[in-house]
Amino acid sequence: MKRILKMIATIISLNKDPMPVAREQDVVPFRNRVKEYAVKIKMGLVNQTKLITAASELVRNMLRYGGGGEVLIEVVSRGRDSGIRLTFKDDGPGIPDISLALKDGYSTGKSLGLGLPGTKRLVNEFDIKSEVGKGTKVTIIKWANG
Amino acid sequence: MGVEITKILKKSQAALLERWMKNQLADMGLREDLMSNEDLRAESEELINALVKSLNEKNLSEPGSSDFDHVIEILGGISISRARQGFSPRETGLSIISLKEALIELLQESVTDPKELVDISLKLHRLMDSFVITTFETFIKGREEVILRQTDEISEISTPVIRVWEGILALPIIGTLDSARTQVVMESLLTEIVESGSSVAILDISGVPTVDSLVAQHLLKTVSATRLMGAECIISGIRPEIAQTIVHLGIDLSEIVTKATLASALLYAFKTLRLEVRKPAVKTSF
Amino acid sequence: MDRIPILRMGPFLLVTIQVDLYDRLALDLEADLVKMVSKTGAQGILIDISAVSIVDSFMGRIIGNIGVMAKLLDAETVVVGMQPAVAITLVELGLPLKGVFTALNVERGMDLLKSKIQLFEQDETDPENDSDDHITE
Repeated sequence: MKRILKMIATIISLNKDPMPVAREQDVVPFRNRVKEYAVKIKMGLVNQTKLITAASELVRNMLRYGGGGEVLIEVVSRGRDSGIRLTFKDDGPGIPDISLALKDGYSTGKSLGLGLPGTKRLVNEFDIKSEVGKGTKVTIIKWANG
Repeated sequence: MGVEITKILKKSQAALLERWMKNQLADMGLREDLMSNEDLRAESEELINALVKSLNEKNLSEPGSSDFDHVIEILGGISISRARQGFSPRETGLSIISLKEALIELLQESVTDPKELVDISLKLHRLMDSFVITTFETFIKGREEVILRQTDEISEISTPVIRVWEGILALPIIGTLDSARTQVVMESLLTEIVESGSSVAILDISGVPTVDSLVAQHLLKTVSATRLMGAECIISGIRPEIAQTIVHLGIDLSEIVTKATLASALLYAFKTLRLEVRKPAVKTSF
Repeated sequence: MDRIPILRMGPFLLVTIQVDLYDRLALDLEADLVKMVSKTGAQGILIDISAVSIVDSFMGRIIGNIGVMAKLLDAETVVVGMQPAVAITLVELGLPLKGVFTALNVERGMDLLKSKIQLFEQDETDPENDSDDHITE
């Protein structure tokens, strides 16, 4: 456990860029911003596409279920690796059962029900915290060569 | 509080270096083939300076304190350079352990009260042990990085996409197919499909030692991605043992075209493209 | 309001997506296409996504829906020009794009649509050029 904590602790944030996403029209500029950062840290095209697709899934969830919120875009580094960390935070109704939401094929909305588990497969690190009535926070990390 | 370790250390910094040098030379025996005495002294002096500078009464019992960042950095540097110079992990570790011994010896001479001596030695032990562990971790990390770099190189070298015919690509896979490798394979295959405008790709797995459910999943992913691009993907080079494993593991490959050999896959590809390979006809037979 | 133009080419409809899709735009495209198929009696839809750098599950679903809806109206759908990175991402996401055919580029897509239609209407014009496809040496 201590080791894991230490590993997480060694992720250093180099650049913080918060961006509010309240309407559907904010999605395309947001995706472009993420792409800019990914290009800046020399992330390969496939990983870029995976990251932006994951971001797109999460931002849609945030708009649809959380009523919009804020995304923090960060350039992070761990040892020689650099990556992008995105934190999606909303003050929506929250998710009552996260483990259920992470199952393939589960969905409350009219999406395909592969939002969360599919998204998880696209990134290197995925963390979700949610409190009913308070909101949801999803954090993902994609390493440039991950 | 009686003993002030910082004071003792500052006062006898030079003596500490001498002691440590002596210990190191005794432990290492004659490794002058790997490192000169002067270099060793310079390295040791740098570490001791940093340690003396950062150590105080408070952080003595907090090995994780950020005060020691510089010390740990130097330790990492020593560890990596020792690894490169060809020292064994044991020699590298011992050299830091001998610093601990030098420190304890020094304390023994300066602290008279036995209770305080035990107390401070315990703390010092803990701190130095944590540094020793850091040294090992860095040593291992240095090696891991080499391995990772080699893995990257291997996966890039070992995914050649071959144009076997107009519109037909072949990709022989040699070695294990893990998820990182699959991504490299997919990327080079799909890029080549676009560049060459090919509509059939043959994935030859003769060189893949085993196919378990994970490898099968990676193969299926590659086939699906190829299809999304609008090309057909054939898997060839399925050895009898692999066919057995696939069935025994209950892996379903029924959605993809599989062939025993690259030759039969090529033949299938010709048929898909409505190509025909014939021996030249003898004129007189007309 | 942006709209993605739908071109009519004989019995087919051609859509080239040149912008990054957002949800509203994709939903409008779905509705417009289905209306167009019904109005023109088109037999095939060709969607060129070579300029699209992101297809997430929502857009993937729209594309799949278009395929299924068009099929109900007796038209086939071919998606062409998917970028490698997009294909890899879709597979990882677990989205197989059921209901549509795929082809490498517009030309191949057209050939595919023609061959699909000929399967059902054999009385249609001459079968496609297979003259240079044979190797005799």
